[in-house]
Amino acid sequence: MTNRFQIYVLLVAFALLLILPFIGSRYSVELATQILIFGLLATSLNILVGYLGAASFGHAAFFAIGGYACAYFLTTLGWPLVVSMIGAVLLTALASLVIGFFCVRLNEIYFSMLTLAFSMLVWAVALKWKPVTGGDDGFVGVAVPEYLSNYFTFFLFTLGVVTISMIVLMIIGNSTMGRVFIAIRENQTRASFLGVNVRRMRLIAFVIAGTFAGIAGTLLALYVRGMYPETAFWSQSGHILIMVLLGGMHAFIGPFLGASALTLLEVTIGQYTEYWQVFVGVILVIVVLAAPEGIFGLVRSVTKRLGGQKDDDA
Amino acid sequence: MFTNPTFMFIQVMNSFALGMNLFIIAAGLTLIFGVLRVVNFAHGAFYMVGAYVLMTMTNLIGDTNTGFFLGVLAAALTMGIIAFFIERFLLSHLYDKEHLLQLLFTFALVLIFKDLVKMIWGPLQHSISYPPAFKGAVDLKISYYPAYMLFLSVVGPVLAIGLWLALEKTRWGRLIRAARLDREMLSALGTDVKLVFSAVFVFGSMLAAMGGALAAPRIAVDPGMDGLIIIDCFIIVIIGGLGSLWGSFVGALILASLTVFGTLIFNEWEIVLVYIMMLTVLLIRPWGLFGHPDEERH
Repeated sequence: MTNRFQIYVLLVAFALLLILPFIGSRYSVELATQILIFGLLATSLNILVGYLGAASFGHAAFFAIGGYACAYFLTTLGWPLVVSMIGAVLLTALASLVIGFFCVRLNEIYFSMLTLAFSMLVWAVALKWKPVTGGDDGFVGVAVPEYLSNYFTFFLFTLGVVTISMIVLMIIGNSTMGRVFIAIRENQTRASFLGVNVRRMRLIAFVIAGTFAGIAGTLLALYVRGMYPETAFWSQSGHILIMVLLGGMHAFIGPFLGASALTLLEVTIGQYTEYWQVFVGVILVIVVLAAPEGIFGLVRSVTKRLGGQKDDDA
Repeated sequence: MFTNPTFMFIQVMNSFALGMNLFIIAAGLTLIFGVLRVVNFAHGAFYMVGAYVLMTMTNLIGDTNTGFFLGVLAAALTMGIIAFFIERFLLSHLYDKEHLLQLLFTFALVLIFKDLVKMIWGPLQHSISYPPAFKGAVDLKISYYPAYMLFLSVVGPVLAIGLWLALEKTRWGRLIRAARLDREMLSALGTDVKLVFSAVFVFGSMLAAMGGALAAPRIAVDPGMDGLIIIDCFIIVIIGGLGSLWGSFVGALILASLTVFGTLIFNEWEIVLVYIMMLTVLLIRPWGLFGHPDEERH
């Protein structure tokens, strides 16, 4: 699902982002920070959706767990930043192992429903466990360390964390394991005949996806300086899926593209009207019906028609 | 508290009335899933539209019995017409696509309807009065009980029996049951399956709107009311078995009792209990209490 073209796109994007804080406004830098966080989140979900072919409707749960855990470790327990982040990510990995253990037993619509139910459980706990999460009002006032408290350094920090995460995800996607995920997506029965332990591979994919969503969650907690129960609500999971679909789930960079497009779209439309959701909804209907391969699929068909490079995607 | 018979009586009655209101909505969802194999996230949005249409009608006609019951009818009809167009021009193109696309399509409807409702009716919360015929309380000897809740307790079972008879005894019911089992075969036998699908989606959506209209006097009507009802419906149809009518009837009663009694015992943690129950059923019997494993699992 990765080819040379995509790597070039990522390199150009990285270079542009690297110079952005030196030339761009504070607003654009903060917007880019947000895009990076959601781009990583969407890419992590795509391990399940695009590679493994399992439509999780509860990915927001891990985003929220990572964020809340980081906020709690950093603020309530007063741990140092690095320890808090690693602790939060490990906790999210553990949570995705436990939740995944149950979820990978089911397929198709039942998998979607089970992941949805787990994320609503996380939402309910975030809403009710007031001493830890702050309940309805959310976890307000995350103790962001001094050196990350201005938008400039925080952007570079986010860029670093997201870049490393994306590289790791890309390596995983291109590895034998990533190809096994695709084999399971294409034909679960045949994959198992070839000696693949389907359930275990599904669990591994689930944990990878959950863990990287947790990383995105820790960044969100630091960026917003708070965490709110809505982060785990089912509509949030839907939004992550929109990003994946919008960009194109069968390309590694698709979800990142989708996250950027959706965030920019929301911000742009939001300047003119408060009713941006209806626009997103209509665009989503069009994508679902007419372009299920997303933006990247459109780009690919255009380049193909122009006699562009050979398509070497899985 | 639990030894007081009057108190317990009221709690049981409340569970039943709430359960019946939920059943009306969830029945539509389970019917749609059973035939179309589509999990409709927008079902909650349709419920919301129903409540708002009722509000408009009672504002137009006044808080009379006519206003209220015409409102319920208008809610169902309005949603039926909208659902017809959604199914015919959009959803019907997705039946043979992967279920992720279907899920995201219905999620798109959620976003669209949410904003449309805000545009048309505004972001504020509204309360709707009970129809005059069911205002006040009825003396049930053990205790007085709100008439409107009794009304819901009657409507639910009547609707359940009506739906069941319609499914079992009429030609349309037979077609729907056949479409549920084997749509290719039904189509090969000369039935217009597209029409059956269309009818089921329209009818299921009408049930959502009717459930919303009937719930309106009981709850606060606002643009966020679709968010949790859809999860309640999912819980119900999963407990009962996706596609099973009586399953959703029992599921609705279980969820309502758990909500009412769970709140008494576990205070606000009741909501966690509900999700744990949904998870347990999904893990032990994903096809639900009244579903069949071979039929429902892919």
